[in-house]
Amino acid sequence: MTVMQKQQEKHTPKPQKFRVYGPVATVYGSSNTGSWRILCPKVDYEACIKCGTCARSCPANIIDIIKEQSECVVIDFDYCKGCGICANECPVKCISMVVERG
Amino acid sequence: MTYKMMDGNLAAVEAMKMAKVQVVSAYPITPQSNIAEKLSDLVASGELKAEYIRVESEHSALSVATTAQLAGVRAATATASNGLALMHEVLGMTSGNRVPIVMPVVNRGVAAPWTLWCEHGDAMAERDMGWMQFYCENVQEVFDLILMAYKAAEDKDVLTPAMVCLDGFFLSHSMQKIVVPKQELVDNFIGGYKSQNTYLDTEDPMFICDLTGSEEYTEMKYQQKVAMDNAIGVIEQVQREFEERFGRKYSIVEGYRTEDADVVLVALGSMCGTGKHVVNKLREKGKKVGLAKVTVFRPFPAEKIREILSGTRCIGVFDRSAGIGGQGGPVWSEVCAAMKDISCDIRNYTGGLGGRDVSPDNIEKIFDELLEISQGKRKNHTAWIDLKENAMDIRQVIKNV
Amino acid sequence: MYDVQHNSRGLVSHGVSACAGCGMELIMRNVLEVLGEDTIILIPPGCSALFSGFGNETALKIPGFQGNLENTAACAAGVRAALNAKGNKHTTVLAFAGDGGTVDIGIQSLSGVLERRDKVLYICYDNEAYMNTGIQASSSTPYFAGTTTTPSGKKTGRKDLMQIAIAHDIPYAATASINNLNDLKKKVQKAKDTDGPSLLHIHTPCPTGWRYEPAKTIEIARAAVQTGCWILYEYEAGKVTINYRQKELKPIEEYIGFQGRFGNLSKEQKKEIQDYVTKQYNKYIIKLEAMN
Repeated sequence: MTVMQKQQEKHTPKPQKFRVYGPVATVYGSSNTGSWRILCPKVDYEACIKCGTCARSCPANIIDIIKEQSECVVIDFDYCKGCGICANECPVKCISMVVERG
Repeated sequence: MTYKMMDGNLAAVEAMKMAKVQVVSAYPITPQSNIAEKLSDLVASGELKAEYIRVESEHSALSVATTAQLAGVRAATATASNGLALMHEVLGMTSGNRVPIVMPVVNRGVAAPWTLWCEHGDAMAERDMGWMQFYCENVQEVFDLILMAYKAAEDKDVLTPAMVCLDGFFLSHSMQKIVVPKQELVDNFIGGYKSQNTYLDTEDPMFICDLTGSEEYTEMKYQQKVAMDNAIGVIEQVQREFEERFGRKYSIVEGYRTEDADVVLVALGSMCGTGKHVVNKLREKGKKVGLAKVTVFRPFPAEKIREILSGTRCIGVFDRSAGIGGQGGPVWSEVCAAMKDISCDIRNYTGGLGGRDVSPDNIEKIFDELLEISQGKRKNHTAWIDLKENAMDIRQVIKNV
Repeated sequence: MYDVQHNSRGLVSHGVSACAGCGMELIMRNVLEVLGEDTIILIPPGCSALFSGFGNETALKIPGFQGNLENTAACAAGVRAALNAKGNKHTTVLAFAGDGGTVDIGIQSLSGVLERRDKVLYICYDNEAYMNTGIQASSSTPYFAGTTTTPSGKKTGRKDLMQIAIAHDIPYAATASINNLNDLKKKVQKAKDTDGPSLLHIHTPCPTGWRYEPAKTIEIARAAVQTGCWILYEYEAGKVTINYRQKELKPIEEYIGFQGRFGNLSKEQKKEIQDYVTKQYNKYIIKLEAMN
């Protein structure tokens, strides 16, 4: 049996569009919550101990710790609301909240 | 096919059992209680393979049934009176999400005053909640209309829940001989349940019933309106198919000796049996009277009503609910709107409330009044038929002033 | 299936329009991280409806239904019943409701689920008032807290959801706090694995309603535990475990001092709260110990 035949036999339902009635959400979307930001987290990378507390504490789950990188704390500013929990929870206080715009 | 003696509640249970509901959530309320009991018996004995959820209220009963059906199975519940009133907001969730549940409603007045007995006030209060409403004349109709309701409700062009209304005690507790078809016939008629609209399934996720903005809400309500419009034709088709398979003929509105009638009484539910009896009696006396039995109240079969009533100069509409504050009862309002372009005199009669029997004498009195009005011998009618003369002085209370 | 327009790590969209510093958002992410995609969620209208979405857009990758405010538990029971009828024992049915939808208007349907032993995981994120409607007091609002319907401070203490759940003798109930996410996640896992109803009551600081700086959300959750305003404990198979005990309670000021909702209190009132909390805490610990 060829690989192609095997693939054909394995039944995978094909996504198709159907009309449905009533309220339903089918788009997995994201609001541009980064635009809310007034204060912006700024990391002192020298002081960072890469413990990951900020990442775990972030309500939006948008902080990555990349240990091999010099700028080891990567924040997705498309979604960061600037709440400042990361800065508040940092055990070495290496994140400060700075004014984003005037 | 077998004949069985059963009351309306048991006929409702039999129909739901034969529809092979897989989840039952029921809360007892007079006069519905033995529907909840009998379903639990069937589940306990294994005769019905279903999950029985012994809920703590009617609100939860319909909530459970609605989400169970969204999760892919036919779900059953039933209620009456204040229980239906408690379901009110969930009725909107069921219909707005297009979940085609079929629910027997054992008609009983809503307190206050407390009553245990029949009237249509409970179901009429929910008439605009997006549910279809079927009204039964007898126990056979309870069984038949529930089966037809499943087929109509689950139709892809309808996808709308349905109440099958049976008069409390007059039908729910009245033993009658009915025909029960073989399971196979029912299976072939309504088939197994398939989710045709939205559903809850981890293999194919979607989020149902999130917030809808004003830019779409109107359209979603319009979808429900279109579904109701479609339902008229679908129900008529279902009734034809039912007749072919089971041999009993149904109509959304049944005209009984209306063809040449001078006056016609429009009515719903069990009183139609009495009404037909009175029609026959008066016909023997040479009085040309007829009865229009409204089997489907939602969607309101306006065209069929016009077809049956056009040519009738004087029409009586019997409302078994008080319609307090309106110009008349809800059935009367609908009939008037249906007949607005046709010259006729439509009179509203209110009665049969809180369990009071609608007696042959009362119906005869209505027909006589209508005949006199049609002949120009009378102007007024007795809008509250069978009302005691001392209505305003029922109680006198001694108070400390 | 979802049309994924902005992918995320985990099952919750990164751009959820919860307030900056929302404790509930942190809870939802951690809960779904443990439960995974084989989960159906039931959400009432309220703050958690932000995850349900708006129009055609949702913030969750799992299937869900937004019911009425008071029937979240019943809606969960319905889904569970259908899954059982179909022989599906593996999918987690999660009810995720706030304090108003749980301890006030939803207590009846929750009680029904707990009494019937429906296998449902019920999470109450408790931000101690009706936040989505504009910070009105619920029966979970604490003593003296100011809300828009208790402008001079609430005159009564809070309803004890845990003890109500325990009174139903359910197999698993626990309190949790975003102060200790590992403990929270461990409890979510236990609740998921419970054969029967499970309840998690999670303290959920709300910067908007409690009127504090958003950055302090976790700090406040921590202070609540350290001052004795929130007790971490579990009820598992009939046995109570107190998860965390403060050797000596910190002064109440360290918790309420940050919060605008306690901002208008006089010295005497603050002392009254301190005495109330200390007394309640000691009484509660004795009660919990006596339950074993």
